[in-house]
Amino acid sequence: MSGDHHGHHPEPESPAALRARAIESLLVEKGLISTDAIDLIVRAYEQDIGPMNGARVVAKAWTDSAYKDRLLTDGTDAIAELGYGGNQGAEIVVLENTATVHNVVVCTLCSCYPWPVLGLPPSWYKSAPYRSRVVREPRSVLREFGLELGPEVEVRVWDSTAEVRYMVLPERPAGAESLSEPELAALVTRDAMIGVVKVQAPALAR
Amino acid sequence: MTPEPSPEISEMEGAAALPRKNGELVFEAPWEGRAFGIAVALNEQGLYPWRSFRNSLVDRTVTDDAAGGITPYYEKWLAALETLLLQQGVVSAAELATRTEQYATGARDDDWDHED
Repeated sequence: MSGDHHGHHPEPESPAALRARAIESLLVEKGLISTDAIDLIVRAYEQDIGPMNGARVVAKAWTDSAYKDRLLTDGTDAIAELGYGGNQGAEIVVLENTATVHNVVVCTLCSCYPWPVLGLPPSWYKSAPYRSRVVREPRSVLREFGLELGPEVEVRVWDSTAEVRYMVLPERPAGAESLSEPELAALVTRDAMIGVVKVQAPALAR
Repeated sequence: MTPEPSPEISEMEGAAALPRKNGELVFEAPWEGRAFGIAVALNEQGLYPWRSFRNSLVDRTVTDDAAGGITPYYEKWLAALETLLLQQGVVSAAELATRTEQYATGARDDDWDHED
């Protein structure tokens, strides 16, 4: 897209923009950086999904019942205990999945997401079909993710907002009794914390 | 080859924490993204350890807070980068002033195609 604005900038550049441009140009001239390398770096950081801190939160809740109580009572505080936060004012509410209740999270308006614990949202989470269908026909959507729920299980769909972000506390899988907290954390997937799949027992987990 | 984001950079906390919205980095103008990329690229090149840049950025923030704290994040970032480059003698104050002036007056207008 170069060539169409040379010599006739619609608006004068800010002093900071000019200085950034001067620095880049000098560094390129000196052979220290290339514009392509900068492009790649910016893109990589823009797409970095970040740490799945949520997996550690889940593993701790599975092994420490007092922590689990605090987590379900005040998610934001309990998550901050582990050093995670920075959601710029949004509260994080944690929903427990059980044998009879299955929670699943969506943001019908846009793509609000508990990113301090889950990193960046996957693209399907932001897609229009997921956002509209999971509300109308959650069981069909979950089936497409490979999750078949019996009629005895109540499905609850939670719509995130700018103020409240939801994270699912998945059921601890059977067969994981002997695992340590870090080993349990390794079983927990992002999709399980959105509520579209369950956490698989170690023998089944890949 | 895509560079691997470094947690030391992406997970900075406190005053140095990168501005984010819903988890994604926020650049208010294209030059902010360039300034971000330049600082990270120079670190990857081994010009300075990341903590040097981070310290320079935090110093800026402390100075700015004392003066009322209204400077946007990436202006502080750019000032931190400049300070570090001048300290290390990578660029001189004179050549930086000259080049900035050339862009400001239009005396120089080369391959900068990232403004829109």
